[in-house]
Amino acid sequence: MAALSPQATPSSARMRLVCPAGTLPALKVAVDEGADDVYLGFKDQTNARNFAGLNFNDATIREGIAYAHRKGAQVLIALNTYPQPHNWRNWRAAVDRAAEVGADAIIVADAGVLRYACKTHPNLRLHLSVQGSATSHEAINFYYEHFGIHRAVLPRVLAVEQAEKVIARTPVEIEVFGFGSLSIMVEGRCALSSYATGESPNTHGGCSPAKAIRWQTSSAGMESRLGGVLIDRFADNEHPGYPTLCRGRFRVNGDVYYPFEEPTSLNTLELLQPLQAMGVKAIKIEGRQRSPAYVEAVTRVWRAALNHCAAEPQHYHVKPEWQNALAQISEGHQCTLGAYHRPWR
Amino acid sequence: MHFGCLSQALAMSAPLKLTLGPLLYFWPRDSVLSFYKEVANWPVDTVYLGETVCSRRRELRLKDWITIGEALQAMGKEVVLSTFELIETDADLRLLQSLVNQSLFRVEANDMSAVSRLAGRIPFIAGPFLNIYNSDTLAFFAEQGATRWVANVELARDGIAAITAETPFSIETEVFAYGRLPLAVSARCFTARYHNLTKDHCEFRCLNYPDGLLVETQDDQSFLVMNGVQTQSAGVHNLLPELAELRAVEATHLRLSPQSRHMAEVVTLFAQTLAGTFNPTWANQELTALMPDAPCNGYWMGKPGITYTEKERVL
Repeated sequence: MAALSPQATPSSARMRLVCPAGTLPALKVAVDEGADDVYLGFKDQTNARNFAGLNFNDATIREGIAYAHRKGAQVLIALNTYPQPHNWRNWRAAVDRAAEVGADAIIVADAGVLRYACKTHPNLRLHLSVQGSATSHEAINFYYEHFGIHRAVLPRVLAVEQAEKVIARTPVEIEVFGFGSLSIMVEGRCALSSYATGESPNTHGGCSPAKAIRWQTSSAGMESRLGGVLIDRFADNEHPGYPTLCRGRFRVNGDVYYPFEEPTSLNTLELLQPLQAMGVKAIKIEGRQRSPAYVEAVTRVWRAALNHCAAEPQHYHVKPEWQNALAQISEGHQCTLGAYHRPWR
Repeated sequence: MHFGCLSQALAMSAPLKLTLGPLLYFWPRDSVLSFYKEVANWPVDTVYLGETVCSRRRELRLKDWITIGEALQAMGKEVVLSTFELIETDADLRLLQSLVNQSLFRVEANDMSAVSRLAGRIPFIAGPFLNIYNSDTLAFFAEQGATRWVANVELARDGIAAITAETPFSIETEVFAYGRLPLAVSARCFTARYHNLTKDHCEFRCLNYPDGLLVETQDDQSFLVMNGVQTQSAGVHNLLPELAELRAVEATHLRLSPQSRHMAEVVTLFAQTLAGTFNPTWANQELTALMPDAPCNGYWMGKPGITYTEKERVL
């Protein structure tokens, strides 16, 4: 155990495991499997996974928070979309609601919402969402100075050495993405979805919304369309994936390929030890839209990996059974280190 | 919302100013220099200068942009230096500092690192990538010293109208009115990826694509354009037929985004239509023929950005 190893990481330097919950059952399995923090959203466009059948009302949120607190976990409420011109006051109401139900922190992207939260609820912890697109220590420190943010989630665009420089130059805790669906574009800076469908993460809390999808069979194979735009065609032997716009197969000068990204998942298990050594405070798992079974499997693997990394950092290595378990639930059954690894760029 | 007829609106409001947005593509040095030599004589009030997309594009250095800016300023243009859309490295931050340190021109801030350098010290322009989607957030940036904001391309006519109507203080409002829309930015260079190169060894392939590299769907629809780390719409966003509505939402500046060919004619068509010299319907037909791809205007209408709704003819 950690206490027995002379090389064990002090508890202050241990990374917290931040897991997604789209539903109350997902929250419970995340907590049971050892999540330190669970993040979730309300059932509306104030959060970036605004999908039918997902998210929490006041009753389920209170039950979830009570459950998490009983077991020593914290609950973070994501209010991480951009308040829109006609209904921006709804985001203020959501901040009040989060404070009232007893959230341990809120995750926010918009400067106006941050300012409101910091003035109105000075004791409520603020986390800067990845949707805030803060990629430098200067940007993060600006949010710190103006709103007193406690933690910032780094966009998935930085290489490891860049993330390390950010951490060394900010008093704000840094959270990074460890596993899940990989965003190819800088979060908070992508309007591809609204270009095709009218709705984007920034405006409606969702990318490539399900209601804009159409599947049809043609002589060329199964086709997926988003807002009428052909995203991909699948041969009989191919697994048709969800038509996320940036994972489509398009044509450039006659070549049909994935111009932006193949359907893969981010997986940074291999980088856990350096991330811990550089002072990363928390590792985030993506996937509030995924099932409780996914949350359970991912949390179990990452809890084991983080425990191993904290207890024996010098001997940390990725166990094959972890990778096998994650590959089963990864998009396209493939994983990548993403931008953390420079050649990906 | 009722926007009134065009002639009435043109007669009533202060003149809309035209701005030339920053050059988003990577052109050879000589092409850039001769382009801006022409710009000096174009009927635009403001010119945004500088590299905003990729730090590897160094055909021109900051001192070159300043030289261009001085020449344009001498011709009566307002000159603004624009910052990177995405800050990743210490070198990017150093360039940002040099940009802020110069005192000749105002700065357009395109990320929070830039805002942090300017806030409370130097008045600035809040660029289109700062994600200002409502009046409360706009007020925050105005308190930091923003004297103009450029609406995010996703904001519809009605959204901009709501923001300006709810804004009690004076601030200029700029709207992206012409050009391929900058939709996304990434750490990955898609142009390099197309050539099986990495970003760090990209061989500057963007130089081959003066209006970006077209991405089509498998059923032949022009869809997007790769511009290095930036992804743009293939469709050309065009608000020339919407001048009355632009005034009605209290826009003060219209941004025209540079394209490699016919840009002088594009600017002239906007300027003469604004001045009432050109018939708007005719001017729009002329403009459409000068576009590198089909027009779109969906964002302005509150629809998917790719769509195009033709205006009823204004006679």
